[in-house]
Amino acid sequence: MSEKDILILAIESSCDETAAAVVKNGREVLSNVISSQIELHKLYGGVVPEIASRKHIEKINQVIEEALTVADTTLDELDAVAVTYGPGLVGALLVGVAEAKAISYAKGLPLVGVHHIEGHISANYIENKDLEPPFICLVVSGGHTHLVRVKDYGEYEILGRTRDDAAGEAFDKVARAIGLGYPGGPKIDRLAKEGNPDAIAFPRGKIEGSPYDFSFSGLKSAVLNYLNGCQMKGEPIVEADVAASFQKSVTDVLVEHAMMAVRESGLDKLAIAGGVASNGALRAAMEQACAENGVHFYRPSPILCTDNAAMIGAAAYYEYIKGVRHGLDLNAVPNLKLGER
Amino acid sequence: MIKETNSEQETYAYGASLAQQAAPGQVFALVGDLGVGKTVLTKGLAAGLGITEPVSSPTFTILQEYEEGRLPFYHFDVYRIADPEEMDEIGYEDYFYGDGVCLVEWANLIRELMPEHTVWITIEKDLERGFDYRRITVEGL
Repeated sequence: MSEKDILILAIESSCDETAAAVVKNGREVLSNVISSQIELHKLYGGVVPEIASRKHIEKINQVIEEALTVADTTLDELDAVAVTYGPGLVGALLVGVAEAKAISYAKGLPLVGVHHIEGHISANYIENKDLEPPFICLVVSGGHTHLVRVKDYGEYEILGRTRDDAAGEAFDKVARAIGLGYPGGPKIDRLAKEGNPDAIAFPRGKIEGSPYDFSFSGLKSAVLNYLNGCQMKGEPIVEADVAASFQKSVTDVLVEHAMMAVRESGLDKLAIAGGVASNGALRAAMEQACAENGVHFYRPSPILCTDNAAMIGAAAYYEYIKGVRHGLDLNAVPNLKLGER
Repeated sequence: MIKETNSEQETYAYGASLAQQAAPGQVFALVGDLGVGKTVLTKGLAAGLGITEPVSSPTFTILQEYEEGRLPFYHFDVYRIADPEEMDEIGYEDYFYGDGVCLVEWANLIRELMPEHTVWITIEKDLERGFDYRRITVEGL
């Protein structure tokens, strides 16, 4: 390793996953350890509904040790330690923040706090070495739906966001309504392949006066009304058609808004990020729309779409080289806004 | 008390009317199936408190705080809570026994943690009266 290489240990514990990674120069992942991955070997967004921060406490040292071992490095060789400090569950965030501060203090390492969504966006830098701002990024996950203009590293303008449910949440709730269980996204994605996406005309949520904003609560209600209506009339429900039509409704809106943002911003690069960015139908629809419009399309591998620490390391690198440092008074901020410091 | 509504707008307006009477320390428990209109009633209540920023679902963060209204508003969604003990993670007592207004969606999942002074609101459909009909039952107000 040359002297100029920057090695960052990144920690992420904002929600269900306890994760640690070692990232070199922002884009080279030397290790990327996710606790649920160790136990369940689910590569595809399979978060387990477990929010107890004691689980994070039980796992965090083990996950960090594993990350250092896989990267073949030690705490003494690091240049900085980075951690997600919001948004998320306060108890969960605090475990990562306290751990990062302890390492920072014990080893005299600079501390860099990272916004979780900035991490998701930055996941795109890891496998796309040529991707640089400015570009448009659609962040879609269980907890977030944001359409963002990435003006520069660490500089964001939120163009649109959900007014009610996040896209991934709509997937989970509709999956439950048609009896598919958790996690809903991958299950609907799979079932939808056998269904007709034009079988049922579900609404495309729009917000008057805010063309970039999203609304998925009405769509969820429309699916439930459809299911209720079938039951009342004694008509059979074709779950695959419901899944495919629902999924089409979500992806249509996401693609339309993202392409509108690309067009109106005059940019020619679009990235997607977050757990729902693993959805096969969304990836295919985005890819097609981008190809038709001469737009470069970027998306992370599924493992980098889920909550992970490599993405935090990528985001932290660009903060680090700009000179951003946090003190040992860094605290968890459960409702941290994108672009806030 | 039972309130009947026949549109999202009416449910929203009812939520806003609840906000008018809300006092510091008020806790609302909101119970009802997926898609019954919990989000709509909550948005109305938030608007009634004077909150202008979008009220999005806190399913994944469990709690969302809004400070800009007449009273602080704490919007909980405990849909993902598997064990009431997990509520300790977000320090729920500070909110339930604080000076703001709490609204807890899916509060039936953590019934034992809800304060005695909780106002329970149950929203139900009755498909025989149409897709848009809702019966809102309020106890403890």
